[in-house]
Amino acid sequence: MALFEEIAPEPADTVPVRRVTISVNGERRTADIEPRLLLAHLLRQGLRLTGTHTGCDTTNCGACTVLFDGKPIKSCTMLAVQADGHEITTVEGLSGASELHPVQEAFKDCHGLQCGFCTPGMMLTAKALLDETPDPSEDDVRWALSGNLCRCTGYQNIVKSVLSAAQKLQGQSAADGS
Amino acid sequence: MTHTAGTPRHHGFGPMRRKEDARFIRGRGKYVDDIKLPGMLHGAILHSPHAHARIRSIDVGAAEAHPKVKAVITGETLEAMNLAWMPTLSNDVQAVLATDKVRFQGQEVAFVIAEDHYSARDALELIDVDYDPLPVVSDARTAMDEDAPVIRDDLEGRKDNHIFDWEAGDRARTEEVFAVADVVVSQDMLYPRVHPAPLETCGIVADMDKVTGKLTVWATTQAPHAHRTLYALVAGLPEHKIRVISPDIGGGFGNKVGIYPGYVCSIVGSILTGRPVKWVEDRSENLMTTSFARDYHMSGSIAATRDGKVLGVRVKTLADHGAFNGSAQPTKFPAGFFHVFTGSYDMQAAHCEVTGVYTNKAPGGVAYACSFRITEAVYLVERLMDLLAAELDVDPAELRMKNLLQPEQFPYTCATGWEYDSGDYATTLRLALEMAGYEALRKEQAEKRARGELMGIGISFFTEAVGAGPRKHMDILGFGMADGAELRVHPTGKAVLRISVQTQGQGHETTFAQIVAEELGIPADDVEVVHGDTDQTPFGLGTYGSRSTPVSGAATAVVTRKVRERARLVAGAMLEADPGDLEWSEGRWFVRGDPNSGVTIQEIAMAAHGSVELPEGVEGHLDATTVYNPPNLTYPYGAYICVVDVDAGTGKVSVRRIIAVDDCGVRINPMIVEGQVHGGLADGIGMALMQVMAFDEDGNHLGASFMDYLLPTSMECPSWELGATVTPSPHHPLGAKGVGESATVGSPPAVVNAVVDALKPYGVRHADIPLTPANVWRTLQGRPFRTDLAIT
Repeated sequence: MALFEEIAPEPADTVPVRRVTISVNGERRTADIEPRLLLAHLLRQGLRLTGTHTGCDTTNCGACTVLFDGKPIKSCTMLAVQADGHEITTVEGLSGASELHPVQEAFKDCHGLQCGFCTPGMMLTAKALLDETPDPSEDDVRWALSGNLCRCTGYQNIVKSVLSAAQKLQGQSAADGS
Repeated sequence: MTHTAGTPRHHGFGPMRRKEDARFIRGRGKYVDDIKLPGMLHGAILHSPHAHARIRSIDVGAAEAHPKVKAVITGETLEAMNLAWMPTLSNDVQAVLATDKVRFQGQEVAFVIAEDHYSARDALELIDVDYDPLPVVSDARTAMDEDAPVIRDDLEGRKDNHIFDWEAGDRARTEEVFAVADVVVSQDMLYPRVHPAPLETCGIVADMDKVTGKLTVWATTQAPHAHRTLYALVAGLPEHKIRVISPDIGGGFGNKVGIYPGYVCSIVGSILTGRPVKWVEDRSENLMTTSFARDYHMSGSIAATRDGKVLGVRVKTLADHGAFNGSAQPTKFPAGFFHVFTGSYDMQAAHCEVTGVYTNKAPGGVAYACSFRITEAVYLVERLMDLLAAELDVDPAELRMKNLLQPEQFPYTCATGWEYDSGDYATTLRLALEMAGYEALRKEQAEKRARGELMGIGISFFTEAVGAGPRKHMDILGFGMADGAELRVHPTGKAVLRISVQTQGQGHETTFAQIVAEELGIPADDVEVVHGDTDQTPFGLGTYGSRSTPVSGAATAVVTRKVRERARLVAGAMLEADPGDLEWSEGRWFVRGDPNSGVTIQEIAMAAHGSVELPEGVEGHLDATTVYNPPNLTYPYGAYICVVDVDAGTGKVSVRRIIAVDDCGVRINPMIVEGQVHGGLADGIGMALMQVMAFDEDGNHLGASFMDYLLPTSMECPSWELGATVTPSPHHPLGAKGVGESATVGSPPAVVNAVVDALKPYGVRHADIPLTPANVWRTLQGRPFRTDLAIT
C-alpha cells in the first residue's frame, strides 16, 4: 500500500513488512508497515490523524495517549504492529458526527486547555477514567491524569473539566435510565 | 475560588469562552508537525557527544549512500554559503553546524535530509566524526580562571571566557546607605539553569519554491516577523520573497523566540533539494540545545535600619550564558531587566553588577516566562526580604507591609531608574493574607513546631515590568519594540483584526476580539483575529515578555478607535448631522440628546462601503492601521503565599496551598487571566522543587530528558486559590497590564521561602533550588546543597 510515503519501509529485501488491520475510530484500516513503526507515527503520519501529539521521547508526557480497546495507552510506546486486530480511539473519534463528547464540552466550558497540545491525550485519559469510574473524586481525577503532562493550565481547570464532564455524563445516564 | 476587589464593568470584556478551543478539542489544531507538503523530505541533526572538542574530520560517505538519503549538510556545506555561523539576539554569533570545534554537548554537527523520518535517523548513525576532546568549562565560577580553556577562539583576539560586564544603579550612593545601615544581610544564591520545555518541541517546514523564488516557512516561532527579517538579512533573500507562518504553537514559554540551527539547516536543505524539508526535534534535543533559562549566580545584600526600614540592595551576579551568547533581550540590556531587583519596596539606593561568561553549555538565558530576567530579580529581593525578616526576627509579611510602595508614590522611579506606572500594593497584600487566613496559619505552624512537625509559610510580593517597550530605549537587533495592528470592518459589520503578536496558547484569538468588541461594539464572535502569517499581518516583534496586551493590545485599542472616528464621519453623513454633535455608546453613534436617532456600527459599515455621499476627504470603507510605540512598560504585581509541609525523615516537600492575588490592571478576560496564573504557579512549583539542568565536570548534560528533568504533574499541584485587585495602568489605552509571566516570576520565591521557613527549627536560613527531597534532606543534615558561591 502506498499509504505512507513519509514512513515508507526500507526496501523489502532488507526490512520485513507486516500487514496490519486496525480498527481506528470504528473504521477498519489496513496498512503494510515496518515492525519498528510506532503506533503514534502510524496514526499521525500514515492515517493523518494529527490530533495525537508527541511531546517527549521517554513515555512521560502522555500527549500521544489514545484508547486501546478502551484503555488509555501511550501510543509512542507501542509498535503499530502490536495494535493489529485491536480497536484504537483517537481524539478524532471522540465526537459524534455533530455532537461533542461531554468531556470535550467540559474542557471548553471550564477553560481546561490553552495551547491545546496536551488536550487530546488529556481528554482520552479522562474519558477512560469516566468509563470506569463515573463519579470520581478530585483525587481520583488527579491520579488518573498523572501520566499526562500539561505545561499551560496548572491542571486545576482540567480537573474541573473532568469533574464537570462526570456530572454531565451521570445526568445523561440518569436521563437514559428513566 | 476567586476573590475580586473592584472590577470595572465593560461591554466586551469578561470571562468569554475561547474561540481557539473548537479546533483543539477535536484534534484539528494545525501544529508544525501536522503539516505535510507534496514531496516533503525530513531532516535530522547529528549532535556532538562532547562538550568541548576539536573536529578533526567528518565522514558522511556512508550516510550519503543510504538509499533514502537526499543530502547531508555539514559545516563545510554551510561555510561555502557563508551560513556556517548565524547572528544571535545578543549580537554574538552561533555555529549553525560546527566547523572548527564543538562547544557544548548536543551541539549541531551535521544535518541529514531523507525521504522519511526513520531513514533520516538511521543515516545519522552512519556519520563518522573524529573528535579531539578539549578541557571543559562546566562550572561558570571557573570560567574566568587563568587556566580555563578559551571556548570562543573563533572570536578575533578572544583570550578568555568573558562576555560582558554591566551595571546599573548608583554604586557610591549604595555604599553610603550600606555604611550607615544598622543591619546588613548577605546571601549567595543560585537560580539554577532550567528549561521552559514547552510540550511541543521546536520545528519547521521550509519550502523554497524555485519557480517563484519564494521561501515559505512554517515554524514554531513566537516572533514571525523578526524571523523573516533575520532570514532576509542572513540569507540575502528579499523580504517580500520570504513568508514566515507561525501555525498553532503547542506552548512557547520563551523557548521559541530565537532562531535555531535546525531552522537554518532546513531552509538550506530546501534550497539545495528544491523540495520542502521538515525538521522537528525530539525532547532530548529540545532540552539539550534550545534556549535554557536562568543560571544566575547571585551574591546579594540588603541593608536596613534596626526597626526594619529597608535602605538598599546590592548584588553581584555571575551569568552563565553557555557557549554562544544567544540570550534574547533588548540590545541595551545585556542582563535584561534584572535591575528591577529593588522590587516592590521603597529604598534609597541600589546597585548591581552582572558579569556574563562563556561555558561549554547550550546558549540561552532569557526564557521560561522570565520577562527578561525579572524571575531572577524577584527571586533575589524576595529571598533577601525573608533573610532580613529572620535576622530582625519579625514576621516576613509585616516587614514587607512596612516597606511596600504607597499608592501616592506612583508613578515611582526606583533606585535603578524604572518608572513604575501604578500600584496599590498594601491592599493586594492584605487581600492575600486574608484569603490565606495568615494569622491562623502562623498559629497552626507554632503548634506543629511544638510537635516537631515541619510546616512552612512563604510570601512573595513581586512587581513585574512587562510590555517592552518604548522604541527609544528598547530594540531587538535594531528593531524598535513597537507593534502594528490593522482592522477591517466588512460591509456587513463583521471585522478582521490583524496583529503582529503570536499566541502560543494565551488566547489572543479570543481576547483581541474582545478588545474590538469593547471598543467598537462588534460582538467578539464577529471578529476574526489573524496572526502569525507575515504575508497577512503588520510588522511587530511578537509575543514574549508578556508584551502582547501592553503593546499589541494597546495597538488594537488605538486602531479600533481610529475606525470609530471614521465611523463618526460616515454616521454624520448618514444622519445629516455634524459629526461633532454625535455621541458614541454601546456600538452606536447618535445625535447628542437624541439616543433614538443613531446608527449602529454595522449600519455604518454598510453605508461606508455604499453610496452615501461622504464629506470631502473621507475615503469610505471602514478600515484603519496603526503602530503602537508604548510610552512605558506596564508594572503588574502580586502577593503570593505558599504553605508547605516537609517530611523531616525524607526531605519531601508537599505544597498544601498557594494563594495568588494578581493585579494586572483591567482584566480583558478574567477566565483567561486565571488560566495564565494557574500555569505560572505550576511553573513555580516545578522550578522551586524539581527542575534543574545539571552538568558533570566533563560537560555531560544530566537532565536531558523527562526522566530527569521533572515537570509537575496533577499530583504535585494543589488547587490554586486566586484573588484579584484592579489598579489600571494610567498610560495604557485600556488600563490593562501584561500578566502572563507574573506567576512564573512571583511564585518560586514564595515556595522557596515556605520551605526555608519550614526548616527554620533546624537553623536553616537559605537553601538553593531545586528543593528536591535529597537536597532538603541534605540541608536538614546541615549539609546544604549549595552555599559555596563567592564572586570576587
